[in-house]
Amino acid sequence: MIVKLASTLPAPARYRLFLRRLAAAPLVRNRAALLGLIVLIPLLLATLVPWLLTNADPIAQDLSNSLLGPSAAHPLGTDKPGRDVLARVIYGAAPTLLGALVVVVVSGVVGVPLGLIAGYYGGKREAAIMRPLDALLAFPALLLAVLVVTTFGRGLETVVLALGIIYVPAMARLVRSVTLVQRNQAYVDAGRALGYSDRRIIFRHILPNLVGPVVVQSTIDLAYAILDIAALSFLGLGQQPPDPDWGSMLADGRSYLLQNPLPAVSAGLAIMIAVICFNLVGDGLRVQLDPRERGR
Amino acid sequence: MTTPSSSAQTGAPQPQALLDVRGLSVRFRTVAGFVNAVNGLDLTIQAGEIVGLVGESGSGKSVSSRAIMGLLPPRTSTIEGSIRLEGDELVGLPESRYRRIRGERVAMIFQDPLTALDPLYRAGEQVAEVLRFHFGLSRADARKRVIELLDSVGLPEPADVAERYPHELSGGMRQRVMIAMALAGGPDLLIADEPTTALDVTVQAQILELMRSLVRERRMALLLITHDLGVVRELCERAIVLYAGRVAEEAPVAQLLSAPFHPYTSGLGASIPSILERRRRLPQIQGTPPDPATLPPGCPFSPRCPVALDRCATEMPPLTETGPGRRSACHRSAELIDGSLKIEWEVRT
Repeated sequence: MIVKLASTLPAPARYRLFLRRLAAAPLVRNRAALLGLIVLIPLLLATLVPWLLTNADPIAQDLSNSLLGPSAAHPLGTDKPGRDVLARVIYGAAPTLLGALVVVVVSGVVGVPLGLIAGYYGGKREAAIMRPLDALLAFPALLLAVLVVTTFGRGLETVVLALGIIYVPAMARLVRSVTLVQRNQAYVDAGRALGYSDRRIIFRHILPNLVGPVVVQSTIDLAYAILDIAALSFLGLGQQPPDPDWGSMLADGRSYLLQNPLPAVSAGLAIMIAVICFNLVGDGLRVQLDPRERGR
Repeated sequence: MTTPSSSAQTGAPQPQALLDVRGLSVRFRTVAGFVNAVNGLDLTIQAGEIVGLVGESGSGKSVSSRAIMGLLPPRTSTIEGSIRLEGDELVGLPESRYRRIRGERVAMIFQDPLTALDPLYRAGEQVAEVLRFHFGLSRADARKRVIELLDSVGLPEPADVAERYPHELSGGMRQRVMIAMALAGGPDLLIADEPTTALDVTVQAQILELMRSLVRERRMALLLITHDLGVVRELCERAIVLYAGRVAEEAPVAQLLSAPFHPYTSGLGASIPSILERRRRLPQIQGTPPDPATLPPGCPFSPRCPVALDRCATEMPPLTETGPGRRSACHRSAELIDGSLKIEWEVRT
């Protein structure tokens, strides 16, 4: 009834109606997820269109203005070579966040099918898939990343690919274990009794039932990937100077933490906020994607 | 004395059976060695017939039904014998051809309607998937057919039910949706594995009534797998009693319950509660079913049988004809038939 009336309402009422409908959207009704979404907006803008958020150049040095405190010209002050910290935080979002996203996408694209096949078929196929992944899991992730990066050369691309592969075992193991549970659900048997092919059962019935756990794992991985990329940049293996990146900012800022803590703290806060808000949105998505939880 | 396989031809020569299972044996490989779950099962079902397959847990009734559906895990199980559906041999059929049979010629419904539907799709979508998969119906055609199917299984307001997710439906409604999915492919044989066990008694009666009327309308045969003789009495014309993966007795239901020719059937019958007779306790069959991994050489029921002879423990009684349409595997069935042997089931206090 409201829908029919909407077009006949005066503008302010229509606007209020729009707001009310927006407030009823499930992801918005979840307060924590809403907060995460709102914080994600500036992060996304910084990643995609950083030049809209600041006029300052993140790379231009100005040695006469080294380590300034906050001012109108430099809201977060300057670092040692006199670069604008705010601009570096804003421009530093892209390598960290996009990098983390690629890490998660790579691990998902490789890990989800592997886990599905291992969990659904079991037996030799499972052993062939899972044993090498278990071996990979035995290495400390960062050490392995350092090994790969030093072998194939420094740079963000190598770091992201290395982390992507390192994140595969955790994703594959999760998907395998959830697939094992789903595989024994009666609906899989029922599907087979209806003549459905394995492929149909795996991709149309089991895979959608994995979305919740995979989304949760992905957001956790996203947060860890942000930290790992930052850590590798901190070690000087990722984004190379002078290009900005949260991890390397943290590393640079550490040496003059006592003179001016703002560069290091800003980068650290950016990492923290990004991690938290991905977790909040991930949790909201999990609830939203499960019809059983939607009504609550 | 006839061999089990030749004794399967009971009564007058019949037209080709819808389902003809001969000498079916299923063996599982487990960590503890081989387990014989089904040992030489013979079973025929005619078109439009309702047959009960009765037995306790571990008697091989579910395994038999899965063997017929081709749903046993190929790596850990081996099937011997023959399963013919309208003359077509199913044992050893490649998976790709078996898939066309499942859903279109034989369908199955399961015990637990709670988990037998995919929780992420609406009821209507799941019924539509069967139609689209097997007959390639368009979305719109499938939709119309879905409403008809849901209506035919007695769901009120089928259009509304089609829009609901499984968790929004009651157990009885879910089982009706499952039945609609099973009917969607127009099967000649429906296998129902304990279809009412998870349901309330009143809903049970409704589902049984529904299955009875569907079988009649569609000239579909029904193989009802259950441990509940009450359900068998309610619905089936003929019943086959399994014990330890073997047929103990097969008979028309009325005769099976009133004049059993096998001590096990007699014990089962004696333990059905009756409202006509006030008894404190029901009689029970002593002991537990044998472990299928270590079956005795003779009659598997002999350790629990109150009228067992010495040779019962060492010599396997063959399945022999005991009357029109009746078979029984007991060394003493002749005495049970002529009435010279009466079995008293003790009531344990």
